[in-house]
Amino acid sequence: MLEERERTMAEETRSDVSSIDTTKLPVIGPGHTFASITDKISSIVLTQKTPKGWFLGLAFSFFLVMVLSGAVALLLVMGVGIWGVNIPVGWGFAIVNFVWWIGIGHAGTLISAILLLLNQRWRTSINRFAEAMTIFAVMCAGMFPLLHLGRPWMFYWLFPYPNTMNVQPQFRSPLVWDVFAVSTYFTVSLLFWFVGLIPDLATLRDRARNLWGRVIYGMLAMGWRGSARHWHRYEIAYLLLAGLATPLVVSVHTVVSFDFTIAILPGWRSTIFPPYFVAGAIFSGFAMVLTLAIPLRRFYGLEDFITTRHLDNMAKVMLATGLIVAYGYLMEFFMAWRSGNKFEWYMTMNRLRGPYWPVYWSVMLCNVLLPQLLWSRRVRRSTLALFLLALVINTGMWLERYLIVVVSLSRDFMPSAWGMYRGTVWDYATFIGTLGFFVFMMLLFIRFLPAISIFEMRTLLPEAGVKEATKEGAGWKDGHPSTA
Amino acid sequence: MERWPSINGLMAEFDNPTSLVEATNRAFREGYRRMDAYTPFPVDGLAEALGFNRTRVPLIVLLGGLVGCFGGFFLQYYISVIYWPINVGGRPFNSWPAFIPVTFELTVLCAALAAFFGMLALNGLPKPHHPVFNVPRFELASRDRFFLCIEAADPKFNPVETRRFLESLEAREVSDVED
Repeated sequence: MLEERERTMAEETRSDVSSIDTTKLPVIGPGHTFASITDKISSIVLTQKTPKGWFLGLAFSFFLVMVLSGAVALLLVMGVGIWGVNIPVGWGFAIVNFVWWIGIGHAGTLISAILLLLNQRWRTSINRFAEAMTIFAVMCAGMFPLLHLGRPWMFYWLFPYPNTMNVQPQFRSPLVWDVFAVSTYFTVSLLFWFVGLIPDLATLRDRARNLWGRVIYGMLAMGWRGSARHWHRYEIAYLLLAGLATPLVVSVHTVVSFDFTIAILPGWRSTIFPPYFVAGAIFSGFAMVLTLAIPLRRFYGLEDFITTRHLDNMAKVMLATGLIVAYGYLMEFFMAWRSGNKFEWYMTMNRLRGPYWPVYWSVMLCNVLLPQLLWSRRVRRSTLALFLLALVINTGMWLERYLIVVVSLSRDFMPSAWGMYRGTVWDYATFIGTLGFFVFMMLLFIRFLPAISIFEMRTLLPEAGVKEATKEGAGWKDGHPSTA
Repeated sequence: MERWPSINGLMAEFDNPTSLVEATNRAFREGYRRMDAYTPFPVDGLAEALGFNRTRVPLIVLLGGLVGCFGGFFLQYYISVIYWPINVGGRPFNSWPAFIPVTFELTVLCAALAAFFGMLALNGLPKPHHPVFNVPRFELASRDRFFLCIEAADPKFNPVETRRFLESLEAREVSDVED
């Protein structure tokens, strides 16, 4: 077995990278068995010595979490005045960061739900941590509108509940839709993630050698024992959750884009926003998945599970969604010209040549020009190039939201109402703090939960299939399950 | 269970899913019904081999979705038309198109909660202990082994006959499941 594995790997290295047909690249390295997959993934949690880099990363990200706590504490004491927001730019970093973070979350749902429904089996090794990424990104996203409320401790006023003030939410407002969309999205993502984790928690329970591990994983696994009847219901429930999450993810970013399009501001009022926002969300989300996956597979030696084929496929999704985003930019420009509306046209020219021109041209560079490198197979197969491109795209997508939020607000119809905006040190501290929080949570997740779905990886092995001939008798009729 | 008080059932261990499905088919043909199979991942056709191929999970999810849909719309209608009617730019109190996004979100939310809790409830989880966990080798059911357990409650169960039958299935090992 081992010799065979070495031979295959040697062959792979010998043959020219560019001559390999992508669809034939394996989604799992050679020589694995049910046991080896289980042991390798669970060892990260249970037996391996925690690498020093993990502690360093945790310490540094914890420092940033403290920066976040400090910035939020000051905000609660002093009010939103410590941020750069004022009239006319009332939506500064807070909304930019909100849209950016929630967009990042969407790739996790795309990988876990949409690719599951499309039967893309390569998703298996990346869905677990992509879902974790979704949950932590939505946590970061949710912080911003709440902190932006002014009195965040009154956040529950956003929900309809019987109260002594006899006041209720205004359901005609997209801002209220947002409350429902984001809270539903968080809940459903959490359920989906946890359902996927249950069988793996049972594996950890059975393999943990210390009491705490057995007790904690045991409680979380809820007594899962892998019964065939349970699996049957489990698979149906999982599939239905995927089916529910798919339209949900589209609706969430559509509602986020409604926050803008319902307004009459030049640069916001546009029918292209919903699809263009969803594509942008997936574009930046896949960039974040790559930013996380490339170091993860390297530090934990998971190249067998997160293979070149995965990186290549993710790069292709990035390229495709990037092109949709580029089309969105083009259409925005075209519609501003074609509409003949002088405010729209002024807004467009203001983006190109106004005081915020460096933002506009950076967006074009990061989101349109540089991603074209992904047409090259050599770039898609190079981890370093992909990692750098992913960082570039993440930056570009943050700047794009800055462009949409700030530039439109800073100059609307009347020059007397114009004003400039820039983030203060507390804006930056809060944003960098959420980045730290995100990394902190990801590091804890990788250490304490299986970062790759163990049970789904087992099903990728050829021996996981049942020979057709055995599907007879009992519940089977003519090769199909009988419904009697 | 009254007839064989000492054990809960007999468990046979296999090392691949095909053998397990074959064995389950044979046991079903032999007339055993009170049995269950345990695997480290969902095995295609196994539930059918056990004679189990219907589940109410989809129905529960549908009901959850309907509750979310009608409940969500009613919530908005009640607040905007009856409880706290407010004139916004001359729009009707019942501005139903504006109520669709929240209705949709609540439909998905309730359906997803129904899928999660419905699946757990039908599976009888959380259930911290179950007799199968008494078999020491059963911890491999979450790693790389496949088990078929015939319960003592089955009318055809006989400690000697059933053990002989399971051994004839080329199981790696047959063990007693203690109560």
